[in-house]
Amino acid sequence: MAEATLLVSLLALTAYAVLGGADFGAGLWDLTAGGARRGAAARGLIERSMTPVWEANHVWLPFLLVLLWTGFPRFFGSVMSTLYVPLFGATAGIILRGAAFAFRPHAATLGQARVLGAAFALSSVLVPFCFGAAVGGIASGRVPVGNAAGDAWSSWLNPTSIAVGILAVLAGAYLAAAFLAGDAQRTGEPALEHATRRRALGAGAITGAVAIAALAVVRFDARALYDGLTSGLGLALVLGSAGLGIATLLLILTRRWMLVRLTSAGAVACVIAGWAAAQQPYLLPTALTVHQGAANDATLTALVLSFGVFGLGVLLPSLIVLYRLVLRGRLDKPYEPLDARWRT
Amino acid sequence: MTAGLAALAPSLGPVDQEHLFWARELQAMSFIFHIPLVCFGVAFPAMVLFVEALGLRTRDDTYRALAKRWSKAMAVLFAVGVVTGTILSFELGLLWPEFTAKFGEVFGLAFGLEGFSFFTEAIFIAIYVYGWERLSPRLHLLAGIPIVITGVTGSLMVISVNGWMNHPVGFDVATNGSITNVKPWTALFNPNFWHEFVHMYVAAFMVAGFLVAAIYAVAWLRGERTHYVRIAMVVPLAVAALASPVQVLVGDWAGREVARYQPTKLAALEGAYRTESGAPIHIGGYYDGKGVEFGIPIPMLLSLLAEHDPSATIHGLEKVPERNRPPVNVVRFAFQTMVGIGTALALLGTLFVVTWWRHGRLPRSRWFYRAVIAAGPASLLALICGWVTTEVGRQPWIVYELMRTEQGVTNAGGLPLVFFAMLAVYLALTVLAVGVVRRLAARPPEAELGAAEAA
Repeated sequence: MAEATLLVSLLALTAYAVLGGADFGAGLWDLTAGGARRGAAARGLIERSMTPVWEANHVWLPFLLVLLWTGFPRFFGSVMSTLYVPLFGATAGIILRGAAFAFRPHAATLGQARVLGAAFALSSVLVPFCFGAAVGGIASGRVPVGNAAGDAWSSWLNPTSIAVGILAVLAGAYLAAAFLAGDAQRTGEPALEHATRRRALGAGAITGAVAIAALAVVRFDARALYDGLTSGLGLALVLGSAGLGIATLLLILTRRWMLVRLTSAGAVACVIAGWAAAQQPYLLPTALTVHQGAANDATLTALVLSFGVFGLGVLLPSLIVLYRLVLRGRLDKPYEPLDARWRT
Repeated sequence: MTAGLAALAPSLGPVDQEHLFWARELQAMSFIFHIPLVCFGVAFPAMVLFVEALGLRTRDDTYRALAKRWSKAMAVLFAVGVVTGTILSFELGLLWPEFTAKFGEVFGLAFGLEGFSFFTEAIFIAIYVYGWERLSPRLHLLAGIPIVITGVTGSLMVISVNGWMNHPVGFDVATNGSITNVKPWTALFNPNFWHEFVHMYVAAFMVAGFLVAAIYAVAWLRGERTHYVRIAMVVPLAVAALASPVQVLVGDWAGREVARYQPTKLAALEGAYRTESGAPIHIGGYYDGKGVEFGIPIPMLLSLLAEHDPSATIHGLEKVPERNRPPVNVVRFAFQTMVGIGTALALLGTLFVVTWWRHGRLPRSRWFYRAVIAAGPASLLALICGWVTTEVGRQPWIVYELMRTEQGVTNAGGLPLVFFAMLAVYLALTVLAVGVVRRLAARPPEAELGAAEAA
């Protein structure tokens, strides 16, 4: 049951990394789109794409938290108390990102919209970095068991954390550009499709390069993690991720946007599964194994059972309905550059 | 159950108590900003759907315009609720890691189910809000029904956890202090669950109803007596007016449950120090450590309310050592404020229902509408006071009579800084949310139908 719960948790983490990560990546593109006039086209596309789905994409996060504190309570308590600096940072970023994004369409003036846009975009970079840094701290064995037992700073300000943090931001940007290019095609905006496609290719190349560099950093900073990632199942998954990453680049070149969504999600899933495989059998490397950290069997059974019943019976069909409506353009509002409504 | 206390070993090691104050303040602040949004999550979708359904039946476009306008406000409030709710789930770990590490496996299932509910709600809110012009009217109305259901089931699950903290069941404490024999479903359906849920559910309809009605009562008093304003005021007002008298009965039920399971909390509600039969209730005054000073006593009322027997014996605070008593004046003041406002709202609601029933019209007095405007913020205040009553009344326990709040708190530093940063964020959020809702309301209602033609 511990393994089943871990699997469900990793699924939730993957879904959040892909869907939530892409939304944060869209924030990065919003940030780098240029001045209010020049960036209006890209920002209009970003807002139109994210609006109907960002909340559903975000809910994977509280869902994951709940799974962890119910299924692995000591792991959860130890991680939250030691890594409180990046995690409080992430919570502040989450509030600002969500609220600023929800409020921006209702801004009274272009000036207000720009302030809200900046809050949305900057926090979209902050949140994935914080989460990546926290993951780096866990994976490199810097979180001991206990109430704030680890160092409040070096647990997340270390080479592995910084490498994973940067990788998280870049991977989100890559996903976002790839998804947005597909949305631009659906919208019938070839110029936007072209521009986001270029961004996707650039971000893909940079993400790949940084991923290789990150592996080198991990080799020096967290040897056990490196060994796990370069042998056995870990290695297979890392190679799988690399292969899917290259496949995604080829699909972007040939503008197969539906397939791009699948292969890029697969690449992220492989990285997360590879991390899990690399630090097997530990939740907190060398301090807490999956079995030591797992809750009692009655709770885990109830949790996995409710996932089977509600997750597969209610949630999955609902998600399918939502994404089908979205991908067929049924929930799209008419496209307009973001600044249009304040310039009339 | 109390025997378990000494044996209850901390799960993550010894605790530093220095941050207890700030952790509490931060948690309380986060709840205060989130709870009004919960009310809208529970009660508002039902009102929006009701108006939309009326529009479908009467083919009157005013209803459709109103439902569409409300759904936009609902979307904004839901978005803010999503993020403030996420913060709460973070804080359970960030502020109370010992609590989640020790008991997460007991109470966590409810939050897991809440997760599914929240998820489904987010999905259907998106379909509902962005599907106005894209789905057929019937399908659109159907897409709203899951929102109504999940708004209720989600809060149901969260309240189950609160009920459990007040009445922890579904596990044993072993002699070495570890938690064994966990029965997650027993914990989920703990005895506090039903009355807390019904109390909050009815409160949500009162708060959302009176707040929305208050907005349109302002317009009504300004002379904007259009068909649109009339519907927008009467629907939420009717909901709140029907809920308010019911809440008096539910409150009585909740009070008797507290008397049964948490006699110390009941004693704190009144400031009853001595155990006595035929205990009085004092209105006003303050608790000085030995009883209530300067209050107006009403003989035997506490016994009557708590046990439905004027001579029943009520356990006083003297029954427990001083360190196990909650801060009586805070609890008592919050409780009296809640009951006072609740009673006034019940009278206001009854007045509205009686006028409607007997004369088939709205009350004519301008004072009635002024009272409705006051009822909006007052109902919110009563709601917060109710939560203060139950949560501060539970102190010094985070898990009633089993884990003290200071045993649950984090050892991490920097909490004052976090508190003030979050306060700034929440205040900005409140100002922006109010501004956005006002801007939405300022547009003429026809704008909603105009958009329909354009799309």
